[in-house]
Amino acid sequence: MLTSIKNNHLKYESQKLGMMYFRVAIILFGAQLLMGLIAAIQFMYPAFLYGVFDFSVARMVHINALVVWMLYAMIGSVYLMLPDETGIETVGIGLGKLAFWVLTAAVTVVVLVFIFIQIGPGKESSIWLINEGREYLEAPRWADIGIVVVVLIFYYNVFFTYMKGQRTGIMTVMVANLMALAGLYLAGMFFTDNISMDQYWWWWVIHLWVEATWEVFVGTLAAYALIKIIDAKREIVEMWLWIEVLMLFGSGILGLGHHYFWIGTPEYWWEIGALFSALEPVPLVAMFVHVLYDWGKEQGANGEKPVIKNGPAMAWLVTNAFGNFLGAGIWGFFHTLPQVNIYTHGTQFTAAHGHLAFFGAYATILIGMMYYGIQRAYGIERLKATFKSKMAITLIVFGMLGMTVALTIAGYEQVLVERAELGAGWDAYFVAQALPWMKQAMAWRTVMGVVMVVGFVYLIWDLVTIGPKEAKENNQ
Amino acid sequence: MAKSHSVWTSIRFWRQSAAWVTGFAVVLLILLTFDTMRQIKMGSKRVPAPTVINHHIDYKYSKKRGHEVPVIGKKELFFGKEWSPKEAAALLHKGKLTEQAKNCMDCHTLLGNGAYYAPDLTKAWLDPKWKDMQAMIGAKTREEAMAKFLQHPEMYPTHERRMPNLKITAEEAQALVAFLKHMSSIDTNGFPRGFSKTVSDFKAGGTYAH
Repeated sequence: MLTSIKNNHLKYESQKLGMMYFRVAIILFGAQLLMGLIAAIQFMYPAFLYGVFDFSVARMVHINALVVWMLYAMIGSVYLMLPDETGIETVGIGLGKLAFWVLTAAVTVVVLVFIFIQIGPGKESSIWLINEGREYLEAPRWADIGIVVVVLIFYYNVFFTYMKGQRTGIMTVMVANLMALAGLYLAGMFFTDNISMDQYWWWWVIHLWVEATWEVFVGTLAAYALIKIIDAKREIVEMWLWIEVLMLFGSGILGLGHHYFWIGTPEYWWEIGALFSALEPVPLVAMFVHVLYDWGKEQGANGEKPVIKNGPAMAWLVTNAFGNFLGAGIWGFFHTLPQVNIYTHGTQFTAAHGHLAFFGAYATILIGMMYYGIQRAYGIERLKATFKSKMAITLIVFGMLGMTVALTIAGYEQVLVERAELGAGWDAYFVAQALPWMKQAMAWRTVMGVVMVVGFVYLIWDLVTIGPKEAKENNQ
Repeated sequence: MAKSHSVWTSIRFWRQSAAWVTGFAVVLLILLTFDTMRQIKMGSKRVPAPTVINHHIDYKYSKKRGHEVPVIGKKELFFGKEWSPKEAAALLHKGKLTEQAKNCMDCHTLLGNGAYYAPDLTKAWLDPKWKDMQAMIGAKTREEAMAKFLQHPEMYPTHERRMPNLKITAEEAQALVAFLKHMSSIDTNGFPRGFSKTVSDFKAGGTYAH
């Protein structure tokens, strides 16, 4: 089905490779939603697939599909923008294509092992071949090594293209940030008997990805997209990008401390984590202002008729500005102070934040980049939103907001009843889970999840059809 | 950049500021990491040595610190014996491997991290629920009850949501219990707060029934 998206108008092999990454990304996004739906149903009906496809399996594939589809879409976006920014074909693109197939084969094997083998005996061989059992980083060690090799090839492509071609500010940030992003993965690739040590380094990967390097990545994508979609001025966009880097790394790197409140690490992380993570929403406000300000300014300048060159991409970009601020900023700040976090840590409150943040900060802009890729692939001057584009964004955003509200309510209930009132033990946990408030919240979460899945069907339908349709209309 | 331009609109200024701030944050993080590594290494005050499984462990409120802290008490047998440092370390190693291989973290939370489908395991060893479970399972000790439960959780349902059978062997179950006991001895700065403090009230018919 996805092969029906054509690449005819793409001048560079790098951009064609970018489209390949997008195709796999959208399939994995679908897999993520399917697994989420299974897990949501299991919260309501625990007997559903019990002993066959348990919650732990659905949840593992759910979060791994999330990480992998986002990495695919991120790599795809880089291959798409690389020739535009540097003015040349990507260096070593043949190797890049080979890496794509190797990575895709490896991801397929890992997913099949997760689904059919699921778990192993308590031996080193299980960690190497089946499941590493560390949330988000469940991929077995052999796959970790494969990922490192593929990322090295990808980085070779990016770095040498940057060195050979034109060096823009956007690409400078991209090259530096990607090195940190790739290097951090190594912090998650070792085994220790010490669970505190394990969690300490695990957070180096998880936090320094999603609350630092991924955010900077989004900043660079937004900068590039604003130039391409609304003709924003490069000097302005690049200046904002450096300000964002300053604020994102300035708050996000030591904001890592908010994960070190309760894992055995010293008390001084309370103060460090609280201070820097409280600052983390600041750059997200800045990014939000930046996108909207540029939009307003560029579109109203000189009395010219405003032109958005890619309607759906711009819509997703604006959703990103809102979603990043709301999901990562507001929902994160809600429970980032240790005085609150001692009760909220490890409850549905975290799940509410996780859902809206991953979606708002990353899914949105990456979907926007897919629309931009399609515009380029079909050589469309101006890509307008179709009915399907509008249904997709409306239902997906509404579904996600609904899920977040439901999970937040579930979180409040869990925090107050299980943690504050009953003291967090086995009985406390199940009493809170059995209350009607929790059950209602979980039912609404599932309903809203279904809304999102319907939105996804519209999205994939739109991505497959919008190119040929708009290309035809543009040519008439 | 022309001289008349303000420093606030200078790309060079912001680029340099970004580099300095990032560099400062990274250096500080590395320094703190060295100190944290020292404080949380196995056998430290915060993360006791594996032989802590040979001791009674409690979780008591500390007035000085304003929250509960683990209290390592007198010696007690674990699975009917005292474990040498080498044996205890091997057992903990096996327990941690099993915890990962069975993917515990995608249902439970450990130190509060993981999934939210089942109870947090940070202080699971100390959970008063094991007294009930001991009677239900017909086990002589807490560790025996935990090990039997882990091998056949489907046989001892307590709620509609049941733990599945993960084909945990007797050896793996013993190691997992050691892992859980060790985790309960870690100084988690008072997390979870007020652990199971109201369970007896709750069992008496409700939180406020006396």
